[in-house]
Amino acid sequence: MKLLEVKDLSVSIHGTKILNSVSFNVNKSEIYGIVGESGSGKSMTALSLMGLLPSGSQSTGSASLSDTDLLKLSEEKMCTYRGNAIGMIFQEPMTALNPVQTIGKQVAETLIIHGQAKKKEALKIAREKLNRVGLFEEQFPLDKYPHELSGGQRQRVAIAMAIAMRPNLLIADEPTTALDVTTQSQILDLLKSLVEQENMALILITHDLAVISGLADNVAVMQTGKIVEEGKTNKIFKEMKHPYTKQLFSASSHVPERSTKAEEIPLLELKHVIRKYKSPRENIFKAPQTFTAVNDVSFVLRKGENLGLVGESGCGKSTLTRAILGLDELQSGEIFLEGHHVNAGKKLDSSLRRKMQVVFQDPFGSFNPRHKVGRLISEPFYLIEDRPTGNLLKDAIKQALIDVGLNAEDSEKYIHEFSGGQRQRIAIARALIIKPSLIVLDEAVSALDVSIRAQVLDLLAELSNKFELSYLFISHDLSVVRNITDRVMVMKAGSIVESGDTQKVFENPTHPYTKELIAATPRLPENLTA
Amino acid sequence: MTNFPRTLIFGGILFSIFLLGALVSFIWTPADVEILQITARFKLPSTAHWFGTDHFGRDIFSMIMVGARTSIAVAVVAVGIGIALGVPLGLWAAANHGHWLDDLIMRGNDLVFAFPSLIIAILITAVFGPSAFNAIIAIGIFNIPVFARISRGGALSIWTLDYILSARVAGKRAFRISAEHILPNIANLLIVQGTIQFSLGILAEAALSYVGLGVQPPTPSWGRMLADSQTMISIAPHLAFFPGFAIILTVLGLNLMGDGLRDILDPRIRRTQR
Amino acid sequence: MLQFALTRFISLSLSLIAASVVIFTVIEIIPGDPASFMLGINAQPDTIAALREQLGLDGSLMSRYINWISGMLVGDFGISYTYKVPVSELVLARVWISLPLAIYALAISTLIAFPVGLIAAAKRGKSIDITIMGTTQLGIAIPNFWFAMILVLIFSINLRWFSAGGFPGWEEGFLLSIKSLTLPAVALALPQASILARIMRSSILDTLDQDYVRTARAKGLSQRQAIWRHALKNALIPVLTIIGMQFSFLMAGAIIIENVFFLPGLGRLIFQGITQRDLIVVESVVMLLVFAVIIVTFIVDLTYAAVDPRLRKR
Repeated sequence: MKLLEVKDLSVSIHGTKILNSVSFNVNKSEIYGIVGESGSGKSMTALSLMGLLPSGSQSTGSASLSDTDLLKLSEEKMCTYRGNAIGMIFQEPMTALNPVQTIGKQVAETLIIHGQAKKKEALKIAREKLNRVGLFEEQFPLDKYPHELSGGQRQRVAIAMAIAMRPNLLIADEPTTALDVTTQSQILDLLKSLVEQENMALILITHDLAVISGLADNVAVMQTGKIVEEGKTNKIFKEMKHPYTKQLFSASSHVPERSTKAEEIPLLELKHVIRKYKSPRENIFKAPQTFTAVNDVSFVLRKGENLGLVGESGCGKSTLTRAILGLDELQSGEIFLEGHHVNAGKKLDSSLRRKMQVVFQDPFGSFNPRHKVGRLISEPFYLIEDRPTGNLLKDAIKQALIDVGLNAEDSEKYIHEFSGGQRQRIAIARALIIKPSLIVLDEAVSALDVSIRAQVLDLLAELSNKFELSYLFISHDLSVVRNITDRVMVMKAGSIVESGDTQKVFENPTHPYTKELIAATPRLPENLTA
Repeated sequence: MTNFPRTLIFGGILFSIFLLGALVSFIWTPADVEILQITARFKLPSTAHWFGTDHFGRDIFSMIMVGARTSIAVAVVAVGIGIALGVPLGLWAAANHGHWLDDLIMRGNDLVFAFPSLIIAILITAVFGPSAFNAIIAIGIFNIPVFARISRGGALSIWTLDYILSARVAGKRAFRISAEHILPNIANLLIVQGTIQFSLGILAEAALSYVGLGVQPPTPSWGRMLADSQTMISIAPHLAFFPGFAIILTVLGLNLMGDGLRDILDPRIRRTQR
Repeated sequence: MLQFALTRFISLSLSLIAASVVIFTVIEIIPGDPASFMLGINAQPDTIAALREQLGLDGSLMSRYINWISGMLVGDFGISYTYKVPVSELVLARVWISLPLAIYALAISTLIAFPVGLIAAAKRGKSIDITIMGTTQLGIAIPNFWFAMILVLIFSINLRWFSAGGFPGWEEGFLLSIKSLTLPAVALALPQASILARIMRSSILDTLDQDYVRTARAKGLSQRQAIWRHALKNALIPVLTIIGMQFSFLMAGAIIIENVFFLPGLGRLIFQGITQRDLIVVESVVMLLVFAVIIVTFIVDLTYAAVDPRLRKR
């Protein structure tokens, strides 16, 4: 039973074509997936259906919801459809709710606006809806404020608001991208149960193929504003007619080739490291409490090894990273690099400094926008006693850029002239330039599109082969870690709960938390990977 | 000059007129402002006296030119004080965020904010007597927390970025990071705020001169011209109009320049029209 | 909430103490010997000595400071040197002009700025917005005392709707007194209203960009409903702080404006105090003004917490 029929939907914004003849159908009570990388137009498609495109947009084509063309509706009429016949939830739950209104009021508002109920009655119904999404009265009374809720909980509130009027269609635009793996799986389960029980259709937009494969009945693959392939999920996965679909799949399950073997020499060693810090005072009468972010962590990273560290947000991995890099003091424990003590806070010995470098997550905040690339990547030379100058420096910069697959002339450009993937390459060049033994990769590929990610992982593997580099690979993304590490450690609430060979840990996890994490991670069907 | 916003150009021209007048006044004015010609008083604007004459027969146009000197000089130095002392203070506070030093500097800021420049001027002149110097100090002191707060705010948002972490991994300390990474990236904020404080300085100097706390006679100042014109406003309103317009147009010019500068220096942030 | 109020109150007290130290230092320490300063160069040694005794200048700095503070706490601000009456009497008479004037101006300014800013934001880019932006741009540039003079010229001298100055006194009637404060309040309010309107507009535009407004639209609210029910309250929060800061400028402005309208307020008192070197008067009035500003900041902070639930936790 067709619910939504989109025919030749094309959208331009200020003359630039964003969507090009997009056509697809969504049936009642089905889950329809739209998958693609950034810039593919998937969010724009959702916004056109909702009539929420930015100003200056022109659309042609039709989008018929049960025989009414949404695109031809007046703004006034469209308001009666939004939140009523169609609901939508967005990517960033942390900012999706009004911070100065209670959650009860915000859910009730959907009902009041559409004339379903008056204030008191609406609040009663709001309570039911919040229960339906898993937020029960005891912990989540109606007068709670958004800032008292976690990201996952806020997303549940957003879902409650969107389904309050029992719409026929719910659009979810990257609803779990900003959430932890375990929270993601809970939210996806919630959405699935809503589809089954409320007879609602769901358009699920995501960049994550594994999520789609686990949930969607039908899927459309989008690239630069067009649908390149569309149909039943299983069929698409088996056949993969379009080259882009193939590319997307192979990138998602990419395993870079590595030839380095781990030697038995310890490179980085942590012994009973404890890092605490004072949390801000609750009130002026209580003393400030101490929070133990890293609780007795010990491990060894061997020369030539790729060691992974996985954990969800708040587990302490960022604090641990800073301690390893010598940026924060330890309350107890020791860190050794090639046998030498890493003394945080005090002057880190420059001979030590050159052995260890870092690549961060955010390609957009990683660089000073006012400096040229040459200056940016040579920053690690500061404080190295025998740092190169003049021509030697120029050569070092040139070589580092070539090693990461860029051009020597790029040293004269500014960072904003480069794409996200290129910026990560530059970040790697910066880490590489002083020829370290260890590179800490802190969520280094998490913000990249899947195809770019595969390229960068290949680059990292190639560099480790070439320069005998070891990596400490920190991530919340289990599927990435699985494909590129030799050994992995799982971190929770400041402690390492399990560690061992990557394959063994993933196939036979022993700790309950590891089991939980692995169970929650969506996986691509294995027999279909390239 | 192709892509400069209209506000910048228009404001720039407006302000430059007065700046030019101030500079030219050092070598030439249509008439000598120090000579009193009682016989020629209250003349309306004419070809001989473009803006007319005041109650002492002085040529108002010349007085406006010389007055421009005072207004601009006081405002410039006051902004200079604010930046020279306020920016390092703000950067220092941001580098010590979470530490009691940061809190102390912020408290100090709040304290100065409780004393509007007028009050500071009153305190200073009560003890030292009125003068242009005291006006500069009074306005300058108030500028310090303004720039401290703005630099601190801008710096704090940069301290959280990854490239600062990279710099720290490279071994750079807070002072070097503030100078090499933070300052260049808040420069735009400071420039825009600088034009705003400049225009506020002009208004503040006019107010201080109006109540007699600024530059003293015989040096002409727009504020005092207004004070003098007050009692005679019904018989010679042009005495009040011209200094008033001078203040308004200079301040307007600076504010427009500030808007325009904000547009070119930070286009991605200010995409909503301010 | 109580927690918050308590911390703020401590903050306020510390500020007050710090401010008093600053004022005390400038007035009583810097001139060296306040007594000879006040009496001038030609004073006789015995007159100076007598004044010194009267002012209690022979005590240590600490004891003089304590005396001053404890005096103020019970309302004793010393005896004015020029008028020979308690400063508190002088101030009390005049504060009932300066304070209402500042409040009146604040009220006018807010009442004009809020709707104007709201309309400009709602109709962004359209001609009404451009007109408002242009007018406010001009409004910011106008010195309030000049505007006051122009208002006097038009409304008092030419149209004769208002008197050109002076204050009848509250005993003569509430409305009559308000009338004489109207032109001054309007003159004061103009530049502040312009600033406030612009800030209101940009604050609303900022909130319109927020994700929760998009969520509201997705629920089915029209743009107008989204502004009213979601954007406004959030937009008001930063505007509140500005209003608090504006109060200090308004007090300062009121002091200056009194000059134009011959209002017997605190301004006249201070300026005469300066001319006549009456340090006692200057010291006390400045302290009171700063006190007023700090109190208003405190009230604004409390309102802030009342409006924004995120602040109440800490």
